[in-house]
Amino acid sequence: MIKSGKDFGRERGIQLILAVAASFSVLVTAFIIISLFEEMSGFFREVSLKEFFTETRWSPLFNPPHYGIAPLVAGTMLVTVVAMIVSVPLGLASAVYLSEYAPDKLRRLIKPVLEILAGIPTIVYGYFALTFVTPAIRAVIPGTNVFNALSAGIVMGIMLIPMISSLSEDAMMAVPMSLREAAYALGATKLEVAFRVVIPAAMSGIVASFILAFSRAVGETMIVALAAGSTPKLTLNPLESIQTMTGYIVQVMLGDTPFGSIEYKSVYAVAGVLFFITLSLNLVGNRIVRRYKEVY
Amino acid sequence: MSMESVITIRDLRVSYKDREVLKGINLDIYGNKITAIIGPSGCGKSTLLRCLNRMIDLADGARVSGRVLLQGEDIYSPKIDPVRVRFKVGMVFQKPNPFPKSIFENVAFGPRINGYKGDLSALVERSLRLAGLWDEVKDRLTANAYTLSGGQQQRLCIARALALEPEVLLLDEPCSALDPVSTMRVEETIAYLKERLTIVMVTHNIQQAARVADYTAFLLNGELVEFGETSRMFTVPKDKRTEDFITGRFG
Repeated sequence: MIKSGKDFGRERGIQLILAVAASFSVLVTAFIIISLFEEMSGFFREVSLKEFFTETRWSPLFNPPHYGIAPLVAGTMLVTVVAMIVSVPLGLASAVYLSEYAPDKLRRLIKPVLEILAGIPTIVYGYFALTFVTPAIRAVIPGTNVFNALSAGIVMGIMLIPMISSLSEDAMMAVPMSLREAAYALGATKLEVAFRVVIPAAMSGIVASFILAFSRAVGETMIVALAAGSTPKLTLNPLESIQTMTGYIVQVMLGDTPFGSIEYKSVYAVAGVLFFITLSLNLVGNRIVRRYKEVY
Repeated sequence: MSMESVITIRDLRVSYKDREVLKGINLDIYGNKITAIIGPSGCGKSTLLRCLNRMIDLADGARVSGRVLLQGEDIYSPKIDPVRVRFKVGMVFQKPNPFPKSIFENVAFGPRINGYKGDLSALVERSLRLAGLWDEVKDRLTANAYTLSGGQQQRLCIARALALEPEVLLLDEPCSALDPVSTMRVEETIAYLKERLTIVMVTHNIQQAARVADYTAFLLNGELVEFGETSRMFTVPKDKRTEDFITGRFG
């Protein structure tokens, strides 16, 4: 006999265990989303969707309270945009350097260091923002608030550099050497090879790294909770104290808001918006990735 | 018959770390002729080819000494920018390597980075015609180059090199990844092109050298064993080793 019945049974058992393990995370995610929407619907029984999306003030603890999500979204976007302005050029530049210019030895040295940078706990970055970057900004621009979007954004950008650079570099390294040779043989300089051949060919991976970074910035909590302030404000001025969606959630969760109250439920509404933003980011990202993809 | 030497190679030596792969090559490449470089694997024929447009610079740890004169000018002189050399000496590789861009953009790449001021579409058409590809692609210039067959891709790579209007075209085993019919088309293209420029071709295929080359250089272990007119070399080789190689006794 080639295979005994016992072997077959064990095979089935292992398959079952693996299937349970695989479905576990899917199920947990589904439950999280369900509970999120359940609490959200509780919130929207008391606050109209119209108020939530059109009101320009967010002040749940005042009397009368205002529940307009706009200031929190604006705060999040302000910090995120600053972070992207810092991280995209620096991350891409370092990826280009590592993949096209750096000698092999240096690349093997720098790459792990970058990955260590990606492993620093965000609370450390938050501290760095508050105790180092903010005083530096205030030394240059004296009127700046102690808590401000700029400091949090800059530090968040620094935090995202290794992510963008590492993922982009992976994508660039995956571009076949033969394409670089083709360009060099046509009299291209290193810079032209990098920007006209390697980056276009690696575009899908590079855009994916930007989107992942953006998504991470939107959801980042510790840095903004420490350095960006807790003043929901509809502003484009990065020198002011603002509050992000995640910052608000932390503030309420750490406060003494009674369970089941409207303030408590408002956290879920904010989290729902956050969830929706990151989900659509990923969807849009996938579309862009497909459109820009150069197949080699 | 002009016997003007377009490329003059004098005592060319190349070593990787402490291994010498070219041991003092002296060779003249004649204008408007096809010169084939033949020899067994690892004899240094690709290295020799890459010395002619300074692509060897890209190889890690390669040291070059000696002189390579392109129309009398030493391309290894410190005053020379390797990038300018590659404008004059084009190259086509073993495996077709079009960019993942449209057919048009592939051909336009060289002129674009060179800041070409003339009519780009006319130049692209001319280059594709020279490479014998125009009739097959004229209706789909915006299609991705990867939609072409292997043989068409290789002729696209030839067209791409021709768009810079080089003096010399280097071909590194251009047919080794192609089927016999595509090989024939590429050989026809090469034969047609020698009217306009000088061609140096590395090949592992002795019959191919016999079919298309005016001159043949036989390389063995980094040394030039024999060089001469193909017809003469394939009928009355001077060196015993050449005879052994072309009759298939080794390699």
